[in-house]
Amino acid sequence: MYQYTEFDRHFVRQRAAQYRDQLERNLSGQLSDDDFRPLRLQNGWYVQRHAPMLRVAVPYGELSSAQLGVLAKIARDYDQPSQQVYDSAQEKQSLLGTAKLPTGYGHFTTRQNLQFNWIALADSADVMDLLASVDMHGIQTSGNCIRNITSDERAGIAADEIADPRPFAEIMRQWSTLHPEFAFLPRKFKIAISGAREDRAATAWHDVGLHLLRADDGSLGFKVMAGGGMGRTPLIASTLREFLPWNQILNYLEALVRVYNRWGRRDNMYKARIKILVKAEGQRFKDELEAEYQQIITHDGAPHTIPQAELDRVSASFVPPTLTAQHQPTVEAQSSPWSDADQLEYSRWLKQNVAPHQNPELRAVTLSFKRLGYAPGDATATQLDAAAQLAQDYSVGEARVTHDQNLLLPWVHSEQLPALWLAARQLGLARSNIRLLTDMIACPGGDFCGLANARSIPVAQAISERYQDMDELHDLGEIDLHISGCINSCGHHHSGHIGVLGVDKDGREWYQVSLGGSDGSTLSGKPVAGKVVGPSFEAAEVPEVIEALLDTYRRERLSGETLIATLHRVGIDLFKQAANSVRQNAATEAAAP
Amino acid sequence: MSSCTIKLLGAGSADGGSSERVITLANDADPRELKLDGIERIDLQFPKFTDGRAFSQAFLLRRRLGFTGEIRATGDVLIDQLLQMLRCGFDAAVLRADQDPSLAKRQLERYPAFYQGDARTPAPHFGVA
Repeated sequence: MYQYTEFDRHFVRQRAAQYRDQLERNLSGQLSDDDFRPLRLQNGWYVQRHAPMLRVAVPYGELSSAQLGVLAKIARDYDQPSQQVYDSAQEKQSLLGTAKLPTGYGHFTTRQNLQFNWIALADSADVMDLLASVDMHGIQTSGNCIRNITSDERAGIAADEIADPRPFAEIMRQWSTLHPEFAFLPRKFKIAISGAREDRAATAWHDVGLHLLRADDGSLGFKVMAGGGMGRTPLIASTLREFLPWNQILNYLEALVRVYNRWGRRDNMYKARIKILVKAEGQRFKDELEAEYQQIITHDGAPHTIPQAELDRVSASFVPPTLTAQHQPTVEAQSSPWSDADQLEYSRWLKQNVAPHQNPELRAVTLSFKRLGYAPGDATATQLDAAAQLAQDYSVGEARVTHDQNLLLPWVHSEQLPALWLAARQLGLARSNIRLLTDMIACPGGDFCGLANARSIPVAQAISERYQDMDELHDLGEIDLHISGCINSCGHHHSGHIGVLGVDKDGREWYQVSLGGSDGSTLSGKPVAGKVVGPSFEAAEVPEVIEALLDTYRRERLSGETLIATLHRVGIDLFKQAANSVRQNAATEAAAP
Repeated sequence: MSSCTIKLLGAGSADGGSSERVITLANDADPRELKLDGIERIDLQFPKFTDGRAFSQAFLLRRRLGFTGEIRATGDVLIDQLLQMLRCGFDAAVLRADQDPSLAKRQLERYPAFYQGDARTPAPHFGVA
């Protein structure tokens, strides 16, 4: 992990102090709510449906055990609404059908961050101080600025890696932090970077997507894409550069963001993302970008060319750890004989939750935060503490938040897998459903979010309940099910093989279902937005629609064929019919006396 | 940082500068199209403090075009953005009427240095470490 210098540490503390100053001025009436809002947003503080929400930055997903411990403490001590706030929230949600809102937990997001939902604004500066004590913050996790940079959850350990993207992600993080010119862009700006052959970071769906690659002469550089994004206008990023030398990336980004800052639309927030600019201006945008980049090089002297010494300095933080005595394999867990059921469960866990590693002795293990009784990606204070301990005991004190809202342990010795499995199972974090149907992405939706049109969590829950049988789940194979509570697409419904989107009609919750979306991974194929199957469904119909789709898949599939491959081969018409027949059935039932 | 201050002006001074030596630039204009000979002051505009176009204009004027006269921030100018303005090349700001200039100083002195270069200090932190 990146090791903070004294400069970095002091910087984050000063940021916390600056936030406290702003908060105090707001609470004393010297800084109006309207003027405070963009400032608190740039520190990760929203005000949502019931209470403030804090989005903590987890740069490219990396967390230490100590950081997980502090996140657990925040969940336990601060993610606790007053009785009055809670009662009023619960009353509101009960009307929609939510039985009990959870408290005291963190929520992993698709952008590898972590959110809290119940912290009182009056406590917010204390929480920032706590975060700063372990080199954490909420800088630029919201607002119209350059957001937290995401990466491959297997960065630095992936067997198919060309180069480790983390040093570049860190250098870009530092460059973008409190950039004076780019704090008030037309809209938010998200960068994802991958250094492997497989794209595990959905790069084509970002404002900027970067791929590390090597030229024929062995030199390192980036393929640069821009203009991807979800929302109301899903667009796939266009390639701007096939190969940009690695040391030029900051100069190039400066040119790109400057053109966006000057030209991006500000009259309509739905047309303000860079994707609209890239699409509308096309070649003119590219020409302006190249001209600006050339000016930075020739006129400004390319001041942000990354020196080799700086790359070396940052890279030194990312040297693979050596497993010390305390991390040597333990064998105790293997001594007692396992039942056949345990053997089967374990072998499935090895297949789904354990991934190969650059070091043949090590494995990457995903702890599943997709289980009954919890919203996808939710971790209670106790579970965060337990995850910190697992990371400490089995992964040299490091964990990663994944794009799919789980936690990955990157440095697990292969001989410790049985012990880790037993420990994780005891915590309820060893469900062998990674990449399967119930490893779904879902946003907090209408239970928490101020923007949502419909709730996501109950839909996710209903589908999880329906698909508890592990034989069935494994038989269905790898499926991306993505659920968003509104068109802002935080649940990435556009890129799901099956996408579910909450919509509001006459004050009631309805759900649009789409098929065939792709995040750009090998499994899913070329990145593309899914196609809507027809008019929206009632909440209760959604699990039935999923079932109808999956029954169709099981009927149509060739041996070994995944859902997405079947969809590509057969086309979506058969699936559409199956989905829409659910609605007709329901309508008939409702009409029956 | 060479000069760590930004001249703060009261709301009344917004009109100042009668002569042809002062230009007011709309925030969607391209500063590179200006004729800067003889110009002493350029007023840039913040219709809302969250509209950040003038930051890029100031950067281009200062760094790219080498403008050495005054760059003045006008409009929705709040003390919380002064540091950004200073770093992008502004050297004067007309505060919005309700702003308290006595609270501005500590906003400018909080950070000893920054990661990235800017219009005043072109070298990034890694370039000086």
